[in-house]
Amino acid sequence: MASTIRVRATSNGDTTEVQTLIQHPMDSGFVKDAKGEIIPPHFIQQLTFEHDGKNVFAADWGGGISKDPYVKFSFKGGKKGDDIKVSWIDNKGATDTTTARIQ
Amino acid sequence: MSVEIIKIALSLGLLVAGATCAAAANSEQDFKAAYAAAEAANKEASALRNQWTTTTSTLAAAKKAADGGDFDAAVASAREAEALARASIFQATSEKERWKAMEIR
Amino acid sequence: MNERSVIHRASATLAVLAALVAPAFAADTVDPVADARAFRKFFTDKFPKVKLEDFVNGPYSMNEDLHRQWEEKEQFPPYEFSLGMGKEMFSSPFRNGRSYQDCFPNGGIGVRQNYPYFDEKEGKVVTLELALNRCREANGEAPFSYVRDEMAALTAYMAFTSRGKPFDIKIPNDPRALDAYQKGKEYFYTRRGQLNFSCATCHVQSPGERIRAEVLAPALGILNAMPIYRSEWSSMGTTSRRFTTCNSQIRGVPLNPQDDEYRNLEYYLSYVSNGLPISGPGARP
Repeated sequence: MASTIRVRATSNGDTTEVQTLIQHPMDSGFVKDAKGEIIPPHFIQQLTFEHDGKNVFAADWGGGISKDPYVKFSFKGGKKGDDIKVSWIDNKGATDTTTARIQ
Repeated sequence: MSVEIIKIALSLGLLVAGATCAAAANSEQDFKAAYAAAEAANKEASALRNQWTTTTSTLAAAKKAADGGDFDAAVASAREAEALARASIFQATSEKERWKAMEIR
Repeated sequence: MNERSVIHRASATLAVLAALVAPAFAADTVDPVADARAFRKFFTDKFPKVKLEDFVNGPYSMNEDLHRQWEEKEQFPPYEFSLGMGKEMFSSPFRNGRSYQDCFPNGGIGVRQNYPYFDEKEGKVVTLELALNRCREANGEAPFSYVRDEMAALTAYMAFTSRGKPFDIKIPNDPRALDAYQKGKEYFYTRRGQLNFSCATCHVQSPGERIRAEVLAPALGILNAMPIYRSEWSSMGTTSRRFTTCNSQIRGVPLNPQDDEYRNLEYYLSYVSNGLPISGPGARP
């Protein structure tokens, strides 16, 4: 199955900019469906970006993050050809991970 | 603008009618008559492809009140629904010519 | 009482003026070419700093801050998942072995700018969404909902293959086609719903201005970005979705997707945007 994570990382001298778009319903657990029943909470709780064995970005999320979240950040270091590993775990214990090359 | 004036006139008319009727409580018969009139008007609006969502919800509110036995509220809602439906009919018929006023030429 | 007589006198004067002007209005020869020219001129005059092809970006061409945010967003657009799904669906065969490619000219690639078209056999306007569902039904598959998900994914892919191509809607020399065009035009300018808005109220009278927190798009080029991922919907939506939700937002009971009125409306709006590039699939607030 195709990964839920799309990531693009570009290096600019000594800074690397990372963008990612993740496919996930991010249900908060407060929304009701058409029948009036609560849609159970289903959202990413932890998101990590690893470079060279270290976490360069880590997020602890709750139900307030929107569906199909988009994240953009920059970090010092990283050069063209390096790997960036993106992983998430959601409240149901599901996970996904992908590795991209810095351009 | 004239739709607003018509609506206001109708609402005022209904309020007066409501005030006069306050003394005698409405019966289920009164509700059925008022609801039928409102439904007929809404059907006409539907044929003109111009129903308002508020007409539909006011009709539903009328039915709900009647189901709960509150025929005064039910009749009031039914009359309001009829007024809304009639306004939507007026809108559809007058717009047949008035749309040209907005056209880019 | 004084005010009333003033209003009466004013209405009477307007009525007289309207009657005088009426003969000009009543010139009922349908002239789509003149309409399109006037339509385009209205918007380019109103927004002289916006390049013609940028009108397809709707609110983003009306507001600098929005434009900046949108440019950033386009690097990693929210419609990517839908587009990917659409590409996959489009190339997968039906159960009978045939596929969407068999239903469209050029295998369905790079043809979106020709829709909707007037089908002279049927005597009605055929939109892209309608053509897709007809393709499915002709091949023994159940039709999709017109407003979201699969239909949006398919039209997203087809729009993507036509990106940059100018809208090229044709009105054949057939009185029924002219009639459909004219009906679409009338629908666009007709007020409806309890809020008494027409499409023109927002998209001709107030583009660039706000309705609550949203910046309104100009009607010129308004369908070029379809289908769109709307942040408000947190999902992808089609032209059908936009028409029906617009109706209910002004408190008018929406018609069914792909009812004649909507097909004709799409025909009119697409025609008057002829020459502007397809930019779909798009993203909107």
